[in-house]
Amino acid sequence: MFAYLVRRVIGAVVLLFIVTAVTFAIFFQVPKLGGATADDLASRYVGKSAGAAQIHETAVRLGFTDPLYEQYGRFVKGLFVGQEYNYGPSTEHCPAPCFGYSFLTQQPVWPDLVARLPVTASLAGGAAFIWLVTGVGTGIISALRRGSVLDRSLMSVALAGVSLPIFFTGLLSLSIFSYGLGWTVAGGTNPMDETNPIWWAYSLLLPWVTLAFLYAASYARLTRAGMLETMNEDFVRTARAKGLTERTVVMKHGLRSALTPILTIFGLDLGLLMGGAILTETTFSLPGIGQYAVIALRVNDLPKVLGVTLVAAFFIVLANLIVDLLYAVVDPRVRIS
Amino acid sequence: MTENQDSVVQRVQRGEAFLDVRDLRVHFPTDDGLVKSVDGISFQLERGKTLGIVGESGSGKSVTSMAIMGLHGRGGARITGEIFLDGQDLVASTPEEVRLLRGKRMAMIFQDPLSAMHPFYTVGAQIVEAYRVHNQVTKKVARKHAIDMLDRVGIPQPDKRVDAYPHQFSGGMRQRAMIAMALSCDPDLLIADEPTTALDVTVQAQILDLIRDLQREFNSAVIIITHDLGVVAELADDIQVMYGGRAIEYGTAEDIFDSPQHPYTWGLLGSMPRIDRERTERLIPIKGTPPSLINIPQGCAFNPRCNYAHLNGGASETDRPELLDIGSGHKVACHLSPQQRQHAWETDIKPKL
Amino acid sequence: MSIEEIDSTAVPGVVPPALGEELLSVEGLVKHFPIRKGLLQRQSGAVQAVDGLTFNVTRGETLSLVGESGCGKTTTGRLLTRLLEPTAGKIVFEGRDISHLSEGKMRPLRRDVQMIFQDPYGSLNPRHTVGKIIGAPYKLQNVKTEHGVKRAVQELLELVGLSPEHYNRYPHEFSGGQRQRIGIARTLALRPKLIVADEPVSALDVSIQAQVVNLLEDLQKEFDLTYVMIAHDLSVVRHVSDRVAVMYLGKIVEIADRVSLYEKPMHPYTVALLSAVPVPDTKRKGNVKRIRLEGDVPSPINPPPACRFHTRCWKAQDICKTTEPPLLQLAPGHQAACHFPENQPGGESTIPVSTAQAK
Repeated sequence: MFAYLVRRVIGAVVLLFIVTAVTFAIFFQVPKLGGATADDLASRYVGKSAGAAQIHETAVRLGFTDPLYEQYGRFVKGLFVGQEYNYGPSTEHCPAPCFGYSFLTQQPVWPDLVARLPVTASLAGGAAFIWLVTGVGTGIISALRRGSVLDRSLMSVALAGVSLPIFFTGLLSLSIFSYGLGWTVAGGTNPMDETNPIWWAYSLLLPWVTLAFLYAASYARLTRAGMLETMNEDFVRTARAKGLTERTVVMKHGLRSALTPILTIFGLDLGLLMGGAILTETTFSLPGIGQYAVIALRVNDLPKVLGVTLVAAFFIVLANLIVDLLYAVVDPRVRIS
Repeated sequence: MTENQDSVVQRVQRGEAFLDVRDLRVHFPTDDGLVKSVDGISFQLERGKTLGIVGESGSGKSVTSMAIMGLHGRGGARITGEIFLDGQDLVASTPEEVRLLRGKRMAMIFQDPLSAMHPFYTVGAQIVEAYRVHNQVTKKVARKHAIDMLDRVGIPQPDKRVDAYPHQFSGGMRQRAMIAMALSCDPDLLIADEPTTALDVTVQAQILDLIRDLQREFNSAVIIITHDLGVVAELADDIQVMYGGRAIEYGTAEDIFDSPQHPYTWGLLGSMPRIDRERTERLIPIKGTPPSLINIPQGCAFNPRCNYAHLNGGASETDRPELLDIGSGHKVACHLSPQQRQHAWETDIKPKL
Repeated sequence: MSIEEIDSTAVPGVVPPALGEELLSVEGLVKHFPIRKGLLQRQSGAVQAVDGLTFNVTRGETLSLVGESGCGKTTTGRLLTRLLEPTAGKIVFEGRDISHLSEGKMRPLRRDVQMIFQDPYGSLNPRHTVGKIIGAPYKLQNVKTEHGVKRAVQELLELVGLSPEHYNRYPHEFSGGQRQRIGIARTLALRPKLIVADEPVSALDVSIQAQVVNLLEDLQKEFDLTYVMIAHDLSVVRHVSDRVAVMYLGKIVEIADRVSLYEKPMHPYTVALLSAVPVPDTKRKGNVKRIRLEGDVPSPINPPPACRFHTRCWKAQDICKTTEPPLLQLAPGHQAACHFPENQPGGESTIPVSTAQAK
């Protein structure tokens, strides 16, 4: 088990390096392959009136003229020991973990990410709780009442949930509950502005529900399918043959098996959202990681994009690892072999 | 006089034997039509006795056992008839009443012990669960009981094995653990549905011994359901042969093996190679295939596969033969006259077995 | 015999072995499946599925491999058809070593060596018609048939007792027995010389089992087929086999012709196996001399040393734990690997009374 864990962690670290290397190459090497010079890259990060010499100076300052492996080496070194950053007038030390400085605002990326992470985490965590409870609950009820009117209507709602995009349900709910009825706050509110947890929950309520609706729908369908399958298993028949109440049969024997595959998907979904719920954050103007990525991409601010990519990849890899370990906890068959 | 009548009424209402199944029918409505999995069977079983139910896939033998246990969901099956367990009609009882009997007064063991045990819970936890549903005891007492039960079914080091998971057991040990679980509440009726089919032959012999020993010890009634005539010969006192959802022959094990009366029973005996006899050059198979339960042949369900159906002047194709007593409790559902059956058995079948 | 070295299937005119001559021989066949463990995934052990088999199969006979789960009989079948590559040892088919032939070089040989599987449900593609399934071998091997593939398939269908009109139907429209017939028809399409049948009847109902057993016997007579039958049902094995090899934990413990194996079994394991078979005869109930083996088959990952059966054997002595008994010819055509064999010519049976009685 320990060897397995060590192997997995090493694998995860290697994977993260590959992700950063590939991202790095896409931003810094692919344009060069397309014929752009280091100066062309740098021209975006100086004023419109800048002359060729000034552009070249910027290119040298940002390191674009160095070979790619040196640039990547500097980036990796920055992550672990920090890095000196020359932004023109003076040089500043950027402590580890240094994700670099924005090419445009000259601000370090890491503090931005740290400031925005709680928003994304609140959004993802709250929504995950809601969709897990409602989605799985709906799935169980549907499976136990298979073919009934209730099952059919729940599954129709779920189908709608799966097919309607966030920006549709998000804008619709904003216009009804926020602008129309005034029950919730408008978009653009930062839930972290005050330390009051009620305010926090209140301001996130609409994004939570909107995001959870999408996921709950697919979880309901997954749970239903999983329950229908496990309730036909031999061990469920055995549980009934023992004389257990139907409630125990369903909750203890059926659900535990049916939920195991859902656990995997849940971990991955949550990991994915931690790297930024781009559509939800944009729709509700929440200052999270996803919104940050969108802004950075729009203006080609590469260090920011790189930072978000690395954070997102980190959470996905971490979630994957946790899921695999949890699997071993849930299913004793995995534990032994 | 009145007293006598009362006792008759009593027997009609409460069943005559410990387990008294009367005209049991289990029908499943499906999109393709009504599936008559079990279509009118009756039998009786006393404590300490073993009934073997023999038949091929689709003959209704497993559906019968599930009906007794009340394991057919409320939605699917239409169950009619009466199943008296110690005087209580299970068909007329509420699901909750039947649940309270399940595991306590009647228990069941299944074919594949690996899939029949929950892979996520230890063997001990599953036995404890079975015991505590019906007994108000602490976990500690129940665990002690589980260890005792494992010991009784011959699992070595039961105090350690109680915490093992099913996949850590071998096939034979798993089936022993299943038996321990089924017997944990000391049931009066044990139903074993193909209990050894998934096991190797040396392990099968161990399990059959175990079931026989435990039956003597617990004095329970046992129903053993199997396709293997060898297995019923080992265990059963009485045998019911099923075909197409109905019993076609019923008798003591000696009746069935020494003087079988139904052409289907003959067919089963002729189909199986015998290790205890001279090797025959050729097996005598039954022609054709078992019937679809949606579309059971008119008349005798076996008539399209029967070599003697032509002797009955068309009755085989039109009239369904009733299961009638031909003497001393040996019952057969066949249009052939006793003389014809005697003749066919003595000349065509017996010499070739 | 330099002619033996030429690929007999590719060269017309090469005389195949006549009936009674050796068709297949196996020498020291070993298959270990490695188990990897730890940080570096180093091989920490191996499942010794098959561990040194030597036997031969003569043309026209039926050799059965019997034993309990984990004895390696299925792995052996897969090695013979080269669905698996042996770890060591030699498989010689018609005089040609096929143990390590590449996939491409095996291809022509696949016409001669075919396999029938246990599960008639899983081994037929549900989306293909029966015609396509049975005709597939012709396409794969580029075989031209005299009157076209359809005609050839319909003839095969009749041969196995199905109707030619079934050509356009799908597998799910058939019963289990009929599906096994379809599987057999597919196997026969290329007129193989050797058929390895892995539990061909054990998934079928008793009445259907007999039909398929009879069919296999008829086909053997008609086409001079050679069968290697893998089975666990000793009654069926006795009915169909000419010779029987009993396997235990990857080794052959006894191999003999049918009559002497069933009437005078020498290896204690064989004796125990035979006495465990339930018999449909009520007169035997209760008063049979039974040998009850204790416990289960040990794991093939870490099999007992020397004689692998010694942990469950009632005759085991110290020598059984230290010296592996070789497979020796103890009677004409009868080999067993045991230090203290039963039923030796002139010897006495030593089945102990204490274990003979049912508990």
